[in-house]
Amino acid sequence: MQKKFNIEVDCANCAAKIENAVKNLPGVVNASVSFMAQKMVLEAEDARFDEVLKQAVKAAKKIEPDFEIEL
Amino acid sequence: MTKKQKKTLYRILVSAVLYAAVAAACALAPLPWYAELILYLIPYFLIGHDVLRKAVLGVVHGEVFDENFLMAVATVGAMALGEYGEGVAVMLFYQVGELFQSYAVGKSRRSIAALMDIRPDSANLEGADGSVTAVDPEAVPVGAVIVVRPGEKIPLDGVVLSGRSTLNTSALTGESRPRTARPGDAVISGSVNGEGLLRVTVSRVYGQSTVARILDLVENSSLKKAKAENFITRFARYYTPAVCFAALALAVLPPLALGGGWGLWVSRALTFLVISCPCALVISIPLSFFGGIGGASRCGILVKGGNYLEALAHTDTAVFDKTGTLTRGVFRVSRVRPADGVTEARLLETAALAESYSSHPISKSLREALPEAPDPRRAADAREIAGQGVAATVDGHRVLAGNARLMEAEGVAYTPDDGIGTVVYVARDGAFWGSILIADELKDHAAEAMAALRRQGVRTVMLTGDSEAVARGVAGQLGMDEYHAELLPGDKVDRVEALMAARTGKGNLAFVGDGINDAPVLTRADVGIAMGALGSDAAIEAADVVLMDDDPAKVSLAMRIARKCMRIVYENIVFALTVKGLFLLLGAVGIANMWWAVFADVGVMVLAVLNATRMLAVKDLPLPR
Repeated sequence: MQKKFNIEVDCANCAAKIENAVKNLPGVVNASVSFMAQKMVLEAEDARFDEVLKQAVKAAKKIEPDFEIEL
Repeated sequence: MTKKQKKTLYRILVSAVLYAAVAAACALAPLPWYAELILYLIPYFLIGHDVLRKAVLGVVHGEVFDENFLMAVATVGAMALGEYGEGVAVMLFYQVGELFQSYAVGKSRRSIAALMDIRPDSANLEGADGSVTAVDPEAVPVGAVIVVRPGEKIPLDGVVLSGRSTLNTSALTGESRPRTARPGDAVISGSVNGEGLLRVTVSRVYGQSTVARILDLVENSSLKKAKAENFITRFARYYTPAVCFAALALAVLPPLALGGGWGLWVSRALTFLVISCPCALVISIPLSFFGGIGGASRCGILVKGGNYLEALAHTDTAVFDKTGTLTRGVFRVSRVRPADGVTEARLLETAALAESYSSHPISKSLREALPEAPDPRRAADAREIAGQGVAATVDGHRVLAGNARLMEAEGVAYTPDDGIGTVVYVARDGAFWGSILIADELKDHAAEAMAALRRQGVRTVMLTGDSEAVARGVAGQLGMDEYHAELLPGDKVDRVEALMAARTGKGNLAFVGDGINDAPVLTRADVGIAMGALGSDAAIEAADVVLMDDDPAKVSLAMRIARKCMRIVYENIVFALTVKGLFLLLGAVGIANMWWAVFADVGVMVLAVLNATRMLAVKDLPLPR
């Protein structure tokens, strides 16, 4: 399953780091974070999607405490 | 300005005033060092608390090397060295830079978004009783009737039920020529209604409509990153730790070797840290790509990702499918050559009348060439001569219309016409009246478009299923570098693969098609370009670059935009790295102080962002001379 989220991230470097961190989470098939569009696309196994999403948000907040996501 | 930015601005102003007050107080009245430190700490925490917090959080989370960490170490270090004022000032300056960056990026992001602003706000839904209510376009079902007032955006794809108007599709196609809308015409969401009131039957829900698809495509485009973008990300990952260790070495090694001077070298190391911040690169590269995609979309060129923009910039071969791409794909009278004493209009009218009972596409083309259809009762005794043409009585005269064989069979002394296409010879009462050439017309700008591509150093190749003779003619007229004729639809993939295998340089191959039956080729080529895609879902799906209208000149424009974008990207990479490298050296040897360092960080970033925003003005990108 692939889903797109509106996010708020303040710096381009953090966006890149978040993308990288989320990509390396277990269960994530692919992820992309666009600083420009302020969007994140997360592709993960259907059964674990919600759990993976939670992990992704956690990872993102760890990198950028001001990270916001519209769920 | 957003709320967040305003808050930062107030914080900057208040801290700046406090800082000035403290600096003045310290200059007027000599205070003990701890009193000075405490006074300076007030503006310092006011302006820097978020940076310090993030730096600490970063260390806690194992994300050590980021901008916040650099700034925190640099300013705390300055404080520790007794340079209280400098510590506060650098933090203040850094925040000014951050604010400017956030403002500049936000502004260009918004202006790019405005280019793509085709999203309708509401739809005027007509109720069963004729009442009209404004509703969310997403809430309108297929089959509902909506009212579009003059000047409004058409919110959903549909078919005109009543009313006449002209539509401006420039937001979708970049072309300003208006389209007419009459009852029965399909209309596309995102176009702007002209002076007439239209009632439209909705044919697609919002999520499936043209507008939603385009917006989706453009939004997703920034998620497909170019190599240059990924390069910068990877670069930053190694760069930041590397400069941190270099700074550490700078602080420790020289004093050890020279036996002293710790304060001096630590202060240089801090300067070094401030300079090293990679934000100019990390921000300007995606911004350039985003700008390129936005600028292109304003010209009616949808690029599905930064990676395709990059691939397009490195394209040196453009392969065109002939029909529907270089030619209109409709057969029309392209040339009329009347014999002496006959007018063009009479020749055409006579031929059309003779053919008026035929269902052959040629007779349709002839009729369409006339301003108005002649009265078919003027023709009688029409007889089809298989493989040759027709014979009929028109206005009491015996008229022959057909190919050269018909003329020869009937013993008419005709003048051969060697035009590319189908030639209809006409004779009346045994005398030759002239010839009419019916051909798949070349598009208006096809020849110029090919010339433009060649001037950009792109080789042009044409593929067609037509006969060798027609292909040679068309390729000659357009000045194509190469053509391949008599191809079956399945051959096109093989041919494109062969061309890709045969290339010598590392340039990419772009395939340009009309999106009908050529999805496999569009997918196979390095860059698949579909044109005339307004309303064609299959093409939008299969292609990497979508031209909203069917103007072949857009192919060269797309490449010019892509090249300009890549040029800006490289400019920014080289500029930022050079300035940073230079300042790092100057900082290491002590020539550049903390103030210079902040300029090297913020100034370079601002210049790079400004350079990136040049991508917004691509509408009239000139051809290279």
